[in-house]
Amino acid sequence: MSGATQVLVTSEQIPAPSRRGESLRDVASYIRRNPSLGVGIVLLLALLLFVVIGHLTVDTTEFRPLSARPLQPPSRDLPFGTDKQGRNLYAVMVEGTPLTLRIGLLAGVIGVALGAALAFIAGYYGGWIDNVIRVIVDVGLTIPGLLILIIIGMRVRGGLTVDQMALVVGLLAWLYPARTIRSQVLTIKQRGYVQVARLSGMSNPEVIVKELLPNLLPYLGASLVVSVSAAILASIGLEVLGLGPFEAPTLGMTIYWVNYNAAIINGWWWWWVPPIIVIGVLFIGLFLVAVGLDEIANPRVRNRV
Amino acid sequence: MQPSYVAKRIGMFFLIVWLAATINFFLPRLGGQDPIREKLISQAALGGNVQAGLEEMIKIYNEKFGLNTPLWQQYLNYLGDMSRLDFNYSISNYPQKVIDIIAWAMPWTIGLLLTTTLFSWVVGNLLGAFLAWPRAPKWLAFLMPPLLSLSAIPFFLLGLVLIYLFAFHWRIFPLFGGYTPGTFPSMSVRFFKDALYHSVLPALSIILVSLGGWAMGMRAMMITTQGEDFVTYADAKGLKGRTIFLHYAIRNALLPQATALALTLGQLVSGAVLVEVVFSYPGIGNVLYEGIRSGDFYVVQGIIFIVIVSIGLATLILDLIYPLLDPRITYRRA
Repeated sequence: MSGATQVLVTSEQIPAPSRRGESLRDVASYIRRNPSLGVGIVLLLALLLFVVIGHLTVDTTEFRPLSARPLQPPSRDLPFGTDKQGRNLYAVMVEGTPLTLRIGLLAGVIGVALGAALAFIAGYYGGWIDNVIRVIVDVGLTIPGLLILIIIGMRVRGGLTVDQMALVVGLLAWLYPARTIRSQVLTIKQRGYVQVARLSGMSNPEVIVKELLPNLLPYLGASLVVSVSAAILASIGLEVLGLGPFEAPTLGMTIYWVNYNAAIINGWWWWWVPPIIVIGVLFIGLFLVAVGLDEIANPRVRNRV
Repeated sequence: MQPSYVAKRIGMFFLIVWLAATINFFLPRLGGQDPIREKLISQAALGGNVQAGLEEMIKIYNEKFGLNTPLWQQYLNYLGDMSRLDFNYSISNYPQKVIDIIAWAMPWTIGLLLTTTLFSWVVGNLLGAFLAWPRAPKWLAFLMPPLLSLSAIPFFLLGLVLIYLFAFHWRIFPLFGGYTPGTFPSMSVRFFKDALYHSVLPALSIILVSLGGWAMGMRAMMITTQGEDFVTYADAKGLKGRTIFLHYAIRNALLPQATALALTLGQLVSGAVLVEVVFSYPGIGNVLYEGIRSGDFYVVQGIIFIVIVSIGLATLILDLIYPLLDPRITYRRA
């Protein structure tokens, strides 16, 4: 271990007494300086709260068609009304929001894990492997992922489940993280502590895991949030085009049915207002969290909203 | 411009085209389905009992569409067809060729995308530049939070809200389509006005969402650029604020924004496809949606190929313009 890291460790241990109260106050004062992170977290927590309260107050199996009389406007029994096929739209929202989040999280984690692995290899080792990965990423990013997903989606039509969809979206989600994380690896590997670690006899995989990875964690976090958001966007896009899981009440499938039945032109406002609000809150929340995490990852870029 | 830079970009373009064709050929065949058989069986089911001679018909159609030859030969034929932009016949509208359907829809999409992208890029960058400029009016800052929130949501989501507000509720703009039903597209001023009127809402849903992103990126770039020594020097030299703003700060901050434009083309196109679906706008996106709905394989493949090639071409053009914007790139080994 280098001298610099030891100094860091000891200086972190100084404010030992009354740590709990102070760290809470620290978080509060930090959020005041970084309001986008705070607002974003509050928006996402609000969605979570909606899902939890929903699960306690409605029978979620009513997301299926023929659960209630079709096309009922909101009332006391059916707070969000019903759609043309007789789904209880409150149950659809409560059941569908976590499903869409699940697609986003699964695909986002797959994307960032794959992308980070390739980025560390490409950025740290360099040479021909870097060139190969870079060309693949450059070409891949030029091609809109949605189009590739459409070809795949058309072939497994009707059979695509929520988890399969997450997997398919995730397999294309690594390109963007791979590019951005690689450029971070390139700058960080020139830093003194990495050179010291290498000179003191650490093996290459050890340097990546013990020196590069911990220092890039805030950056990886920001990139995970961006990937989750992109994956949700891709999944909703596929669903709106009619290539989603028809049995599942995800947010995108709800928009598909809205569009399919021309709910807006027919004046069935209760059908499309909730999914639009939930999708809007979800994307704005994720965006604000990403901006906030970016501020932590590179404080020099003050991108404050 | 260095020849190696140009050669590399052109090579990249052909790599993208080849990859688009190859993906288009192999991915659908992984499922091992038989589009001709599926289509004929579903047509037979629709039209009652005409099962007699179905196998014979499948054989004839497979021969007609060239699906009875070995895979490598089909692949080579396919590459040859693609290079001549021959995407075969549409399966669900048989006598019509896919390329004709695409050629009909393409001007709508290009018109919509080109104008909205250019407009939001120029206005967004100006807005971002003004936001970072100390002498800019203060009210501009209040525009940012709503624009940034909008920039986080998908195009088509705003499109749905706009349809409700402006077309259904206030009845200012038409509900759907690219021109009034019953009229025929022609090169007359009247038709052009009608088409423009129909394109306001789809265009607005792309522009309003795109503005915030460009403005935020430009603002960050301007703040960095204004801290550079050459701006301090220009200020110390006594140059006018306007000159520094236009020729020193904006000129340099624009470069990364031009790169970012090339990188976001793909996302823009995917977003526009969904906007067209929501508005039933007669462009590529809507044809793609209809193709997916009716299982028209050749139409979907043809559109995907054309779209990827167009994006590759647009990226190539931007890449070739870039050295003109940034003289440093001429000296750097690409």
